[in-house]
Amino acid sequence: MLSDSKVPAGPLADKWDRHRFELKLVNPANRKKYDIIVVGTGLAGASAAASLGELGYNVKNFCIQDSPRRAHSIAAQGGINAAKNYSNDGDSTWRLFYDTIKGGDFRAREANVYRLAQLSENIIDQCVAQGVPFARDYGGLLDNRSFGGAQVARTFYARGQTGQQLLLGAYSALMRQVSTGKVTIYPRREMLDVVIVDGKARGIVARNLVTGEIESHAAHAVVLATGGYGNAYFLSTNAMSCNVTAAFRAYRKGALFANPCFTQIHPTCIPVHGIHQSKLTLMSESLRNDGRVWVPKTPGDKRRPEDIPESERDYYLERKYPSFGNLVPRDVASRNAKEQCDQGKGVGETGLAVYLDFADAIQRDGKDVIEAKYGNLFEMYEKITDENPYETPMRIYPAVHYTMGGLWVDYNLMTNIDGLFAIGEANFSDHGANRLGASALMQGLADGYFVVPYTMGGYLASNPMEGVDTSHKAFDASRKEVSDQVSRLLSINGKQTVTQFHRRLGKILWDYCGIVRDDAGLKKALEDIRALKEEFHKDVNVPGDGGDFNQNLENAGRVADFMELAELMVTDAFYRKESCGCHLNAAYLTEDNEPLRDDKNFAVVAAWKYTGYGNEPEYYEEPLIFENVALTQRSYK
Amino acid sequence: MSTKTITLTLKVWRQNRSRKKGGFEIYTARDISTDMSFLEMLDVVNEDLVLSGKEPIAFDHDCREGICGMCGAVVDGQAHGPLKETTLCQLHMRHFKNGDTVVIEPWRARAFPVVKDLVVDRSAFDKIIAAGGYISAKTGGAQDANNILVGKEVADKAFNAAACIGCGACVAACPNASAMLFVGAKISHLGLLPQGRPEAKTRVQSMIRAMDRLGFGNCSNETECEAQCPKSISIREIARMNREFVKASFS
Repeated sequence: MLSDSKVPAGPLADKWDRHRFELKLVNPANRKKYDIIVVGTGLAGASAAASLGELGYNVKNFCIQDSPRRAHSIAAQGGINAAKNYSNDGDSTWRLFYDTIKGGDFRAREANVYRLAQLSENIIDQCVAQGVPFARDYGGLLDNRSFGGAQVARTFYARGQTGQQLLLGAYSALMRQVSTGKVTIYPRREMLDVVIVDGKARGIVARNLVTGEIESHAAHAVVLATGGYGNAYFLSTNAMSCNVTAAFRAYRKGALFANPCFTQIHPTCIPVHGIHQSKLTLMSESLRNDGRVWVPKTPGDKRRPEDIPESERDYYLERKYPSFGNLVPRDVASRNAKEQCDQGKGVGETGLAVYLDFADAIQRDGKDVIEAKYGNLFEMYEKITDENPYETPMRIYPAVHYTMGGLWVDYNLMTNIDGLFAIGEANFSDHGANRLGASALMQGLADGYFVVPYTMGGYLASNPMEGVDTSHKAFDASRKEVSDQVSRLLSINGKQTVTQFHRRLGKILWDYCGIVRDDAGLKKALEDIRALKEEFHKDVNVPGDGGDFNQNLENAGRVADFMELAELMVTDAFYRKESCGCHLNAAYLTEDNEPLRDDKNFAVVAAWKYTGYGNEPEYYEEPLIFENVALTQRSYK
Repeated sequence: MSTKTITLTLKVWRQNRSRKKGGFEIYTARDISTDMSFLEMLDVVNEDLVLSGKEPIAFDHDCREGICGMCGAVVDGQAHGPLKETTLCQLHMRHFKNGDTVVIEPWRARAFPVVKDLVVDRSAFDKIIAAGGYISAKTGGAQDANNILVGKEVADKAFNAAACIGCGACVAACPNASAMLFVGAKISHLGLLPQGRPEAKTRVQSMIRAMDRLGFGNCSNETECEAQCPKSISIREIARMNREFVKASFS
């Protein structure tokens, strides 16, 4: 059984207010005595660093890119949910909470999700005050659209670039704190270890990616806002530098990793085109508001889409899920696309795609209206595929997009290591086994603006600490460990490139730990990953040296961590003998072919503890207690 | 999509750290699928370099979907290459012909020193934003979002300016290495919105002061920045910034 999740007692709706009152405070005059490290500058990291700086703490904020504004939150397209009920269609905090917990197939913590729904409204207010140019109607009020898994229009958006605008808002708040001297930015730094002194996180060791120097930074607390690990699959919609290294090094130091097998496969991505493809591009889920998904009724039908008459098309989502239609949650849409392609009905050169058709929407609303809503997405699609989606249907296929799993955190967003917090996609806390669209931005900003600034104070005020600086022996040990790893990678001098290994790892995960999983496949995956890992450490070639800007070296370290993480993902998937949300084990299906949960045995958070390189991780369990919602079979029919 | 393969000759700028002298080196990019992006083509060249024991070409990149602003190089004399309104990562090889010679260089500007090969240091942009590219809205103090009305037309204009990705192509394209399009875009985005008005005067003054101090040149109306901007930010943003600046100077 896992240690305390620190969820406060009392009615669900009062928990957060009560907890905020009960948290101890740090006097404004004393805050300048505390140093806080925030790793990552995405929505969660930038908003946390800005808000903590604003409160008066001394903040050091690290990122691997050349500027904090590049973090991958910037690529989020569709929007951000908030229970404002501006659309007057029956939305409420309770409904957003319920949709999110149901969308996650009842594998998230009630109290965290309810708090998220409560804070959603403050986020929109905050972002508008910062100058985020959300879409508006002619009267000047904010506009909303609907998104998968919801029957109300609660999604705020800025064309197809909502993530960009929200991130630039958080970035501007961050740079304001930089100008006051409360936040210092450390760009082009990669965190390679967390330093623990007397059981508390007291700093990090990072590699300066320009000079290669291994740097030490001490603090009173460390916040990881380092994103998800979708790039373990090699091809994903994540940016190229997204990685698990910071979270994984924390895991190696004793932080628990929760639900690592919960990886979201997004249904609407541009299909793979060839072996040199480096990443996949998402087409926002908002497109499913107007696009209709279909395949030919007859397997192997190779006619052009415009030559296939209406009667010979199968709009399978509308047929199978009449009440949600094309707007079913992501896991449902992805699974169905795979199912259609497995039956030989897939389209395009590879047969691994389905159509997303806008012809009806264009006829109904006119091209102008569609262009105003999705212009930039259509353009992006045309640039990549050389096809015009105004004239011919898009071809889409599922791709790895988001990871619900992550570092285990309590209600305060603190890991089981004192003083080590994890926020945003890096933690596991709010999305259960499947994340609904437009919820990632909401969670990142809720954690950064409105949760961690409070819980950090509570931690610091109730944990008096000695001063620690970087001359402490724990920093020496970390630095040595990190330098040794760098030298080891550079000295292998094998015959294969890092990318070759990464591609092979990705294929194993996609084939056996992807949309559908089964026990035999997972067993095989574990063997294959272990063999690949061994081969990597014997035969990888990392050119250049450690004292220089060396992108291959950066990547080699990340891929090495992905290999170990992959073992953990597969182990977790094998352990969970049920299907839920994104995790579909072929042995556990309802009569309708939907995921069959086992609430008796698996209404739990599965958290894993590192026990040494090559050893089996130790299993810890947090039971999920549902006092406010009834666990039902999810149905979107 | 009709897949073809082409072979190109690349002339690539190689330079180790900013003070050392750099120079062009020649590589062959063999059997490049026309469905690949420009950066995927560089990936292929780099894989070959690694396998033959040479150091790969360093270049910045991240999201590879045209929004993070991390990638960028001058390709055949144009920032982000020949295709209009396109970042380098979204430029596909179908726009090149078999046998072409392609010249690839880093952004060249005094304010953007070369880190390595095609990688430059753009931290000057962060410094300009820190000088005033924000609205001072404390976390937690905001009123209800719908209390601030912003007409659709104004919101759209502000959005157009806010779409800047901070890649630095405008600076690389400008013969004076001016950052005015970048600065103008932020001044316009914030200045057009009612929330941004209270600080409009100090914002324009301190951002322009920072821009000058950091070694960017001045605008001489070449309009190359607009022509090469991957997000088609308009030079009207520069005009708006100039008006704000004049207004601020006389009030």
